[in-house]
Amino acid sequence: MSVVDVLVVGAGPAGLAAGIEVAKRGGRVCVVDRNLEPGGQLVKQIHKFFGSREHHAGVRGVDIAAQLLEEARALGVTLRLGWEVFAIRPGHAVDIVQAVADDATGSAGDAPTERFDARSVVLAAGAEENALQFEGWTLAGVMGAGAAQTLINVWRVRPGKRVLMVGAGNVGLIVTYQLLQAGVTVAAIIEAAPRIGGYGVHAAKIRRAGVPILTSHTILRAEGVECVEGAVVAQVDGTWCPIEGTERRFDVDVICVAVGLHPNTRLASLAGCRLVFSPALGGWVPLHNAFLETTVPGIYVAGDAAGIEEASTALEEGRLAGIAAYERLRDVDAEGHAEIAAIQRRLDDLRGGPFCGGIRAAKSALQTTGETPCPAT
Amino acid sequence: MRIERHPILGQLAEAREITLRVDGRVVKAREGEPIAAALAAAGIRVHRYTAKRSEARGILCAIGQCTDCAMIVNGMANVRTCITPVADGMVVETQRGVGRRSEM
Repeated sequence: MSVVDVLVVGAGPAGLAAGIEVAKRGGRVCVVDRNLEPGGQLVKQIHKFFGSREHHAGVRGVDIAAQLLEEARALGVTLRLGWEVFAIRPGHAVDIVQAVADDATGSAGDAPTERFDARSVVLAAGAEENALQFEGWTLAGVMGAGAAQTLINVWRVRPGKRVLMVGAGNVGLIVTYQLLQAGVTVAAIIEAAPRIGGYGVHAAKIRRAGVPILTSHTILRAEGVECVEGAVVAQVDGTWCPIEGTERRFDVDVICVAVGLHPNTRLASLAGCRLVFSPALGGWVPLHNAFLETTVPGIYVAGDAAGIEEASTALEEGRLAGIAAYERLRDVDAEGHAEIAAIQRRLDDLRGGPFCGGIRAAKSALQTTGETPCPAT
Repeated sequence: MRIERHPILGQLAEAREITLRVDGRVVKAREGEPIAAALAAAGIRVHRYTAKRSEARGILCAIGQCTDCAMIVNGMANVRTCITPVADGMVVETQRGVGRRSEM
């Protein structure tokens, strides 16, 4: 059994930032991630980030990941890559199992496990893509837009020849553009809402490239025996019902689903953290206070696992959770408090943009509830 | 299906070529890439068939969360091919159901 001050789940922006803050303060910290390559979903973000210089504006996500990793390694953050957490027991005993065998030529057998004794835990396990159920939704070739982004930008492989993108939020728009950059044809983007959800600047780039964006359209079915061979879409009326006679078929071999993300709450749930439903934050979220501590003392959340936002907010939340988890807020000095207050101010600024919708209010409501002595589940 | 040239990422880096055997067929792979990447590059899209209805499944999340891409690798069932790297001479089989006891 290994003893650490903080065990962090997930080596994305939130998890790496948490690890960095703990290590900066001299704490023993281990970051566990099932992927052999750390950086989370930053590694497939090849576009430049918006916002302020303080939040890496103009830098590509993949480069932010490299910077974070370099900093984490220089500070002595231990990374356990190719491993995943499968249990968080009372008292923060954390069990991990090897997810990717060291020797890929090995044969069947029990995967090795290890136990950590952690003073506190930061859950920075990110998000999962929402699914959309329609006839043929399980055919090979129906995949998350994020999955297609991994194929083209990380693996450098095309998922197919012609894609139908379902969803015109920022993920749908950005991945469409990146599919075009990768040499894949995108037949159309469809969006059930009457308006495009993502930024106008992204939508304009797509339109200039000649890809139609059909608002008030939904997918009726994917065609094919085992793999996608086509997709049938239709216009919807004001009550989201398909309008008869408006069906259109697209000859595509891939259907990308970009209909939002939800927080990955599996471990939080397993650990007994109370979850609350917050549509603005993407669904079920572990209830947490302004220091990102959940209803289970010593278990913190950060990044998309604490509510769907952006990589920049994930980074700030990771820093905050790292400090709070290490100090457990008992021994924080004036400098520490000032640092925490500065992060909270930056988070508030990030959430103040015109496109942030109800996120600031939702976070604030959640954290106010979480502030009172958290009711037991 | 490989993206050799890319306007942002540039030319595809050199990598040692290795071979896998997928359901008896020889498939070329780039050292270090996930098994699923090599399969996608070779145009192989079905990874497994479900236990109850024998329905085909392929890549869904590509980041190790969903297990839809699980296959039998060197005799071991339920290997997530999207996070497991290739190795020279690796034997990969389409999985039917959840795998036999001897494969676990």
